[in-house]
Amino acid sequence: MVMTSSSSRILRKLPRENAFYFFTSIGNYTGESASSLKAFLKKIKEIEDKSLEFHLYRGDFERWMAGTLEDEELAKKIQDLKAMNPVGDTLRDQLCFIVSKRYEKLKKSTK
Amino acid sequence: MKIKDGAAVLDELDWKILQALQENAKQTYTEIGHLLDIAHSTVYDRIRKMEKNGVIKRYTTILDLEKAGVKYVTAIMTIFTDPKESENVAKRLSESEEVLEVSTSLSEELLIIAKVVAEDQEKLHSFIAHSIAPLPGVLRIRTSIVTRRYKEGECVKNFFGQGGIKLSKMETQGRVFKLNLTSLGNEEP
Repeated sequence: MVMTSSSSRILRKLPRENAFYFFTSIGNYTGESASSLKAFLKKIKEIEDKSLEFHLYRGDFERWMAGTLEDEELAKKIQDLKAMNPVGDTLRDQLCFIVSKRYEKLKKSTK
Repeated sequence: MKIKDGAAVLDELDWKILQALQENAKQTYTEIGHLLDIAHSTVYDRIRKMEKNGVIKRYTTILDLEKAGVKYVTAIMTIFTDPKESENVAKRLSESEEVLEVSTSLSEELLIIAKVVAEDQEKLHSFIAHSIAPLPGVLRIRTSIVTRRYKEGECVKNFFGQGGIKLSKMETQGRVFKLNLTSLGNEEP
């Protein structure tokens, strides 16, 4: 069970310099960013496949989740997803499923 | 060199001296004098005047990093910005050690073009992701990694001047000088 204080911490809004910035390749920034887990969930539903693939296989998602959001559990789940080598719609669907499930759980635990 | 309406006006001999300096800024006044068939004191006077008036910005050194055994990548970044924040973005970029050149560009959207260097592609990406993308007003970024250079450096000769003298860019070994075109009343190319 997630503790209320750590759930709130994971769900907090981050300062702009700690937001997740979506790129499609080295140095090519899409203009989209997410400064909370909620915003991240919204963006991964819309962002182009190329960006999701770029960040998943570089380990950027899991690094941001563990290092910045401080959610080791979610980072581990993303790592497991990467090991399954999903691409395109499959990647988006699975990523959205994992993140939304985790988001709902954290949200519930703060109530 | 004369000053007209606050801007420097160079004559043909000034341009020839500048051209000689750009080919090799380590040349002595005597060597330039021999080359142009004029007294070294004339060369000295004219160069001093152009330095004093900011026509010659500075003398610098162009390094061949590959020969120095340094591994690096160069990239050209095109940064699309919110016009209200463009000036601040350009200033912040100019303060970064990784950024070698920053210019704004006239096009349908307001663009900043910057030349950036990093040890490798990973460090380049990290710099852009952590230092450039989060700047307020950055809308998106396109980055092209340079794979091969055909020409590099700054050298002015035989392009803007009179009597067949014009400016072009070239690289020289050793010291080169930076010419301040704005002080000549020209826009930098």
